[in-house]
Amino acid sequence: MTVLALTGPGRATETMRLRRDHAHLSDEALVALVARSSEAALGELYDRYGPVAYGLALRVVRDPAFAEDVVQEAFLAIWRSAPRFVPERGKASTWIMTFVHRRAVDLVRREERRRGEPLERAHQASGSTEEVAWMKFERERVQEALAQLPDQQREAIELAYYGGFTQAQLAERLGQPLGTIKSRVFNGLGRLRELLAEGTGDEDRWDTKTSTS
Amino acid sequence: MGHEDFYELTAAYALDALDKQDELSYVEHLRSCPQCREDLGAIQDTAGLLAYGAAAEAPPPALRERILDQARSERTNVIPIRRRWALPAAASVAAVAAMAAIGLGIWASSLRSDLSGEREARTGLEQVLSVISDPGSERVSPSVGSGTLVVSPTGAAALILSNLAPAPSGKIYEAWIAEDPAPKPAGLFQATGDRTHVALTRPVPKGATVMVTLEPAGGTTEPSAEPLFAAKAA
Repeated sequence: MTVLALTGPGRATETMRLRRDHAHLSDEALVALVARSSEAALGELYDRYGPVAYGLALRVVRDPAFAEDVVQEAFLAIWRSAPRFVPERGKASTWIMTFVHRRAVDLVRREERRRGEPLERAHQASGSTEEVAWMKFERERVQEALAQLPDQQREAIELAYYGGFTQAQLAERLGQPLGTIKSRVFNGLGRLRELLAEGTGDEDRWDTKTSTS
Repeated sequence: MGHEDFYELTAAYALDALDKQDELSYVEHLRSCPQCREDLGAIQDTAGLLAYGAAAEAPPPALRERILDQARSERTNVIPIRRRWALPAAASVAAVAAMAAIGLGIWASSLRSDLSGEREARTGLEQVLSVISDPGSERVSPSVGSGTLVVSPTGAAALILSNLAPAPSGKIYEAWIAEDPAPKPAGLFQATGDRTHVALTRPVPKGATVMVTLEPAGGTTEPSAEPLFAAKAA
């Protein structure tokens, strides 16, 4: 079981009090405030997404100190880039995770050797509180969708996203032609989109017909 | 590559899984293709959800304050990002990346044949990629010459120069950042075909003008010729 222990009991009370002002705002509204140099809004975004960001960074870079660097760089990039965030282009949470993932992947590609190391160490980190409910819900939803992908597509998506491998590296590692890997990635993510959109009424614009297999 | 070829890169780009060459061409294509931007937006939300598939984990408590302190200190200044993990690299990685850089026609600021050359070429390539793929980057058209100046929110900058003629023998191109009291050198480079990509070696402050001149091989400490390219950062 993953655990979240952001704050001790005394600290939690203080944090709750400080957060109350921004707690009702949407992510997009918070980004707009960050664009106007609101540290409180940046703090609120961090409180919302820090654990997801740190969990993702740990999964990719497999080292707590590097994961911290990744999260720090990502949130500072968010601070600097917020004035250029365009809500019409996508959700703020996606935008935030794009920064985190990009930095994690850049790092792991520089630190090739880390990639062979096991994951366990990364998941023994913290205290005792329950993972907050909405994160657990999202994790299970994503994991269930991944589990429904054909094995080869799931493998390609997971190695690409969580392993930080490029398509060419995947082709080499899996001993498959690059074209095959490209098809698995393309079709796999397209299928994942359909699976995750089911029940949400999300229009499906992803066209897998043009792919080569 | 045609539009269909780029469309097939969309998913891998959303997963940050494109190889450098493909990524560079995809990002450039994205600028001019509303359809691809829309396709990317649609699939990027799916890729973003994968973040939740990794188990969330509480970051160390001190990290929050560190981020907010740093943010506060940057409020009025453009400061280059400190990246303690940015520079050291395994030699083999550097070599591969340097070859990729040459294939792409990207040269870092330095053509010096010292030992750091490969690393600089690689760093330059990564800088160009990260600057042009940063959704927050500003793109500026030049008042002199043809091409684009791209400046990221951190001030890291890249030039994409169109149809720059090869420098005559004994000459080299040099980039400058025009600031008070004198222009500062921002990198030496050669022309590479239709498009020359240049990573500037120093951050570009808001409102500063970036110039390119043709200088004697080895470069100079101040421009000695008329600019062939000039663009003012927003």
